[in-house]
Amino acid sequence: MAKRKSTRGPLEYGKSPWLILFGIVTFIVLYAPIAQLIAFSFNDSKRNIVWRGFTTKYYAKAWNDASLVEAFVNSITIAVMCTVIATIIGTATALWLWRFRFPAKAAVEGVMALPIVIPEICMGVAVLVLYSRVGHWMRGFESGPIHWWNELFSIWPLNLGAITAAHVAFSFPFVAVVVRSRLAGFNREYEEASKDLGASEWQTFWNVVLPFMMPGVIAGALLSFTLSLDDFVITFFTAGPETNTFPVKVYSLVRRGVSPDINAASTVLIIITLVATIIAMRMQAPQKSEG
Amino acid sequence: MESWKQNKAVFWVTALPGVVWLLLFFLIPLALIWGMSFGEKTSIVDIEITGTLANYLRSFEAVYVKIIWKSIWISVISTAVCLAIAYPIAFGICFSPARWRPLLLLLVILPFWINLLIRTYALIAVFRTRGTLNFTLEWLWDLAFLDKLVGPYQPLELLYNNGAVIVGMVYVFMPFMVLPLYATIERLDRSYLEASLDLGASQWRTFFSVTVPLTMPGIVSGIILVFIPMLGMFLVPDLLGGTNAIMIGNVITDQFKAANDWPFGAALSFLLMYVTFAALAVRAFIGSRMKGGVGV
Repeated sequence: MAKRKSTRGPLEYGKSPWLILFGIVTFIVLYAPIAQLIAFSFNDSKRNIVWRGFTTKYYAKAWNDASLVEAFVNSITIAVMCTVIATIIGTATALWLWRFRFPAKAAVEGVMALPIVIPEICMGVAVLVLYSRVGHWMRGFESGPIHWWNELFSIWPLNLGAITAAHVAFSFPFVAVVVRSRLAGFNREYEEASKDLGASEWQTFWNVVLPFMMPGVIAGALLSFTLSLDDFVITFFTAGPETNTFPVKVYSLVRRGVSPDINAASTVLIIITLVATIIAMRMQAPQKSEG
Repeated sequence: MESWKQNKAVFWVTALPGVVWLLLFFLIPLALIWGMSFGEKTSIVDIEITGTLANYLRSFEAVYVKIIWKSIWISVISTAVCLAIAYPIAFGICFSPARWRPLLLLLVILPFWINLLIRTYALIAVFRTRGTLNFTLEWLWDLAFLDKLVGPYQPLELLYNNGAVIVGMVYVFMPFMVLPLYATIERLDRSYLEASLDLGASQWRTFFSVTVPLTMPGIVSGIILVFIPMLGMFLVPDLLGGTNAIMIGNVITDQFKAANDWPFGAALSFLLMYVTFAALAVRAFIGSRMKGGVGV
């Protein structure tokens, strides 16, 4: 015992067998339920309790469930629209806060962080109240000149606009945080050099600043994509009866109990989010090529 | 950093999109429910803002105090368990070989990106009466011949109680706790630990008198990061707790979805917001004190 201890320095906690064991157990507990969920999506048994052989029929079943596919397409559409808008707004906000000094900046930064920190449910009900108010107010114009407005927003994908707008509101601050942390490593002398050499504000942005912050922008975009795709609470409150998203649909199925088609659909969603997340993390990681 | 007056056009072009969007889809909605929390229902659809405090007073009725109290203690216990698990994990990752660290960190964070609903659903399959855990226990029971000695295994009712909600919360939020802890432990100056050990303190004493105080900012951040969403959590108590473990989130949802008492729901959500602000103030306070202390 004493001999084994002497091979380990007093600060080499990473070699402590207890810590390693604790880590392994934690990782198993963390991943086992998800692994089981994925495994049972291929299980040829309706009750999903014991393994009865490999099948992909639940994927086919989920694929043939029109409402599930519709919800899935809605979710992807919202996520894509949200990503485009949130990335643009988030990048602009990051540039703004990175570049300028202005009065009450600390307060602005605090407010920008609010969508990240407040409980999701507060935002969900707040947006619900907003939309019900706007809807109430719009109905007053039903016969008037704004009639086209209601019709316009019942066409796909504009009927998803309300949910998308809410998703943008909570995801663009995340994009701003990611892009800004990337910008923190930018040497502003490049920007000055570019301007000294006669480039306009826009040329400098497009040719100097944007290429540098691109990894941050892509990471932010993928982040907002997964945030939007995963969101349940805010969509749950803002989705109308005729618009369904994938998590909301899964929720209504889950309440009825465990079934293999939910596992199949969940597995697809897990794979999409994990691929997006891993790409985002690669982008965010310190650039090795730059040395 | 330049003054905003130097380049007003660029200032406004970069400022406006975010400010306007936040105002329209975040601040105005919050203001609306804040106003509504002082309102009264005048008919099924109409709400009049009368400046009444009745909604807030109603949340101090025994039924709701009980639920609020339960939400708080479930969140406190879950946060404590998260910390107890996340600290050793973050610590272990920091002291692991450098080439392993990114992979280990990724492994911790990855579950966090999997949909919360799906992770909660995955737990149902583990904990339900005919779920994996009960099957494993039954298998062990039979293995120990207890079925011959005591009788057949009685499956445990693991779902739909407070314990299930706590386990679910810890499962869902633990990865989130690791991040701020990792960030502070990584920056920890290890010479302090060496000094403490050299001066004869035991490993435990070093841990509690040196490591923990020095990583306090990370601990506080982690606690707040995890505690606030837990307090407002709706899905986990809904799916794992059933009707036995209702939390504030479920009451708020009910007010907006089923009971149709929006002003009361608004007041409850704002109570949650006040708690959030208080927690953030505590963090800012501790953060500024820490800076003063370490800066010496």
